[in-house]
Amino acid sequence: MSETVLDVHDLEAGYEPGVPIVRGASITVGKGEIVVVLGPNGAGKSSFIKAIAGLVPITAGTVFLDGKDITAAPAHTMVRLGLAFVPQTENIFPLMSVEDNLKVACGILERREIPARIDEMYAAFPDLVRQRRTAAGNLSGGQRQMLAVARALIVHPKVLVLDEPSAGLSPKFVSMVFEMLAGIRKSGVTILLVEQNAKAALAIGDRAYVLVEGKDRHEGVASELWNDPVVAELYLGQRPARAGKGGAA
Amino acid sequence: MSLQFVVDGLLTGSMIGLGAIGVTLTYSILRFSNFAHGDFMAWGTYATLAVVSAIGATFGRMAPIAPLSFGWPLLVALVVGMAFTALLALLLDKVLFSRLRSQGQAIIVVMASFGASMALRSLLEFTFTSRPTYFSRAIQIAMPVGFGIRITPDQIALLLLTAVLVLGVHLLMTRTQTGRAMQALSQNAALARIVGIDVASVVRVTWVIGGALACVAGVTIGILVQIRPFMGFDMLLPMFAAAILGGIGSIPGAVLGGLIIGLAEAAAVQLIGAEWRAAVSFIILMAVLFVRPIGLFGVRER
Amino acid sequence: MIDIIGYGAFFLTTALIFSLVTLGLNLQWGLTGLFNVGLAGFVAIGAYTSALLTTPDDAARLGGFGLPILVGWLGAMVVGGIAAALTGMATLRLRSDYLAITTFGVAVVVQLVALNAQKLTGGPFGIGFIPRPFGSLAETPLLFNLSNLAVVCAVTLIAYLALEHLSRSPWGRVLKALREDERAAISLGKSARFYRVQAFAVGGAIMALAGALQAHFTGFIAPDNYLPILTFQVWVMLIVGGSGSNLGAVIGSILVWGIWAGSGTLTSALFAPEQQARAASLQIVAIGVMLCVILLIRPNGLFGDRPRRPRFGKRAKAAAIKSSFGS
Repeated sequence: MSETVLDVHDLEAGYEPGVPIVRGASITVGKGEIVVVLGPNGAGKSSFIKAIAGLVPITAGTVFLDGKDITAAPAHTMVRLGLAFVPQTENIFPLMSVEDNLKVACGILERREIPARIDEMYAAFPDLVRQRRTAAGNLSGGQRQMLAVARALIVHPKVLVLDEPSAGLSPKFVSMVFEMLAGIRKSGVTILLVEQNAKAALAIGDRAYVLVEGKDRHEGVASELWNDPVVAELYLGQRPARAGKGGAA
Repeated sequence: MSLQFVVDGLLTGSMIGLGAIGVTLTYSILRFSNFAHGDFMAWGTYATLAVVSAIGATFGRMAPIAPLSFGWPLLVALVVGMAFTALLALLLDKVLFSRLRSQGQAIIVVMASFGASMALRSLLEFTFTSRPTYFSRAIQIAMPVGFGIRITPDQIALLLLTAVLVLGVHLLMTRTQTGRAMQALSQNAALARIVGIDVASVVRVTWVIGGALACVAGVTIGILVQIRPFMGFDMLLPMFAAAILGGIGSIPGAVLGGLIIGLAEAAAVQLIGAEWRAAVSFIILMAVLFVRPIGLFGVRER
Repeated sequence: MIDIIGYGAFFLTTALIFSLVTLGLNLQWGLTGLFNVGLAGFVAIGAYTSALLTTPDDAARLGGFGLPILVGWLGAMVVGGIAAALTGMATLRLRSDYLAITTFGVAVVVQLVALNAQKLTGGPFGIGFIPRPFGSLAETPLLFNLSNLAVVCAVTLIAYLALEHLSRSPWGRVLKALREDERAAISLGKSARFYRVQAFAVGGAIMALAGALQAHFTGFIAPDNYLPILTFQVWVMLIVGGSGSNLGAVIGSILVWGIWAGSGTLTSALFAPEQQARAASLQIVAIGVMLCVILLIRPNGLFGDRPRRPRFGKRAKAAAIKSSFGS
């Protein structure tokens, strides 16, 4: 494994004191990797990733980003520290134009750098250019996801963290989103994502973890994990055809 | 009926509109209706009055800027008053609202603002008594401008000032990073933090804008009408009605709502009588709530 | 000695009338979570309705109809209840702030009508010669005060018992459930809204009844009795007693009225007559600060049962998220 960018150690987190949802999960993400976190419904995947992003109170454990302790950093400082998060839902500002959605995320950039950076995002996501004056709430599901990812990438994050980027999208858009993520990794961005859609995520991922009951129970190379019997038992065994009711997101 | 009501209505309406900007910002960004907002107006006005008197005592009387009824001291004092009102709003947020907000029950904050409103207003009554007072007792001659309309130089100047301020706030909201951050926070607080917006600093900006504009609205009333401890409290219902009529969160909406209510009030004064003026905002408010509760420029809450 | 008993009876009568208003507010806010910052308006509606119905005929204004006092009280409740129901219907499908603003508007408009609709309300001079329940006893003040106290005690007790019963009934449990989750209450649609309108109307009727009682004991009403300060006092009473508790509402009212009357006596003893008005405003400042301090450090008051935050399940999560974004 290459140099570690994100190192999460024995993380415990939850909304109520004494009721942890994440119970001692550890993962590492190397530079330039795509790491996937899988797990059955209610395993605490979403809380885990939100805790890393500073959105769920952390009660124990540590999070290091590029060697720097960010465990206690408030959510709004994360982009400055180099971690950009894309929530699963409500990940755009619906009443603002596409362009303003991008601009509002540029708070940490130099003022004169902003126009060029926005043009770069438009170059990477040509679909957004045509809609730049449209209110983001009027975009299609796939375009919203693109805008949310572009908004996260615009600040040159060291690691891009995504919570179920394919949730709620039609199959056509699902493959589009994963192609997009693979493309982003090619440009050198490190990616950590939580996914319900295991097959598609493992297809683009380098390594994967399986989270069960708030703990990391299994780790492996993504391409091999699909056929791993332990994983099949832990998770894929109870995999219904379409991964179910959304659970405790 | 005489067309004079148009001028009167625009004037009242611009005062209501300036106040309603603060109300609508507090509501959309901090998510509560601030019943103390009217008292920010009154406090700002009295602060401005105190500074005017202090300047007068130190440097002697200065001639007003012809043809206006007031001179440079008032303009200087207004700036000081705006800063003072902004600080007052920040202070009240720090000791009261922010603490209750962190407990997560929005309506408790509303109640606290009601209590704070009572306390602030009565403190003014205690300090300055309830007797009305004035910036200037000079009577201005209104100039006829045709169609039976008369207007004083003060009124023209204050209408212009309001227009400049409203335009300024609108540009701030739509063209600057701070304004976009405020919009973002009002649409999705969680996501605002994720994209790196420091909520606490946006909240401070909101109070500063709301407080400063409340002060200007109050001073305008002080110049054109009179200064009383209840001057802001009496504006509360028109301001709320204007903010709701315009659509919560919309600055142009708040101003337009203010103008509509101001014009309706002025028309009612001519047609029915001045004593029923205060009922106009209530009737408009009820009509909006029944017909289109999201207001003119509002968007349905998610 | 007799003076003290007489004053005690008078004090308690006033305090218990306040209790009645507070009980009405507790039904609206404490049990149902409906925010009423215009309750002075509903109290005024009750007072004026009953006065109009029971006073002897007056050439200067509409009515009086010279009806029995009990009819006046009943009429007060009906009109107050209808006014509250209308207010509720206008706003209860919206966020709670809209109800707050609307009730505030109701109080403003009622005040305006009281001042300006001379034909109906007697204008700024108000209505006099309102019949007193024991007017024949007025020559012996002690007996008069005590009999008034007895009536108010009885009415308050009935209201208290009825409200206790209501809050334990299935009806009350639905209201409590709706109170805990505003979003659910709005999204549940018409049936939930109807429950809340009922609660708001009953609360308004109780407030109106209190206004009527007060009118018949003082024998005279004027618009000045129903300024926003009244709303404010009752809110402080409820918060001190603890919203959600009927017992708290009664005790909070007596306590706060005691503080209010006591500090009033104190200021009139300490300050020169020309300073009295200013001193009175300081009294309001003190009570306003007290309200804010109680909200900050003991939001449940003495007897309150409002949970600060839902403890379990999805709502807890939502509340936790909300509060973590709160500032």
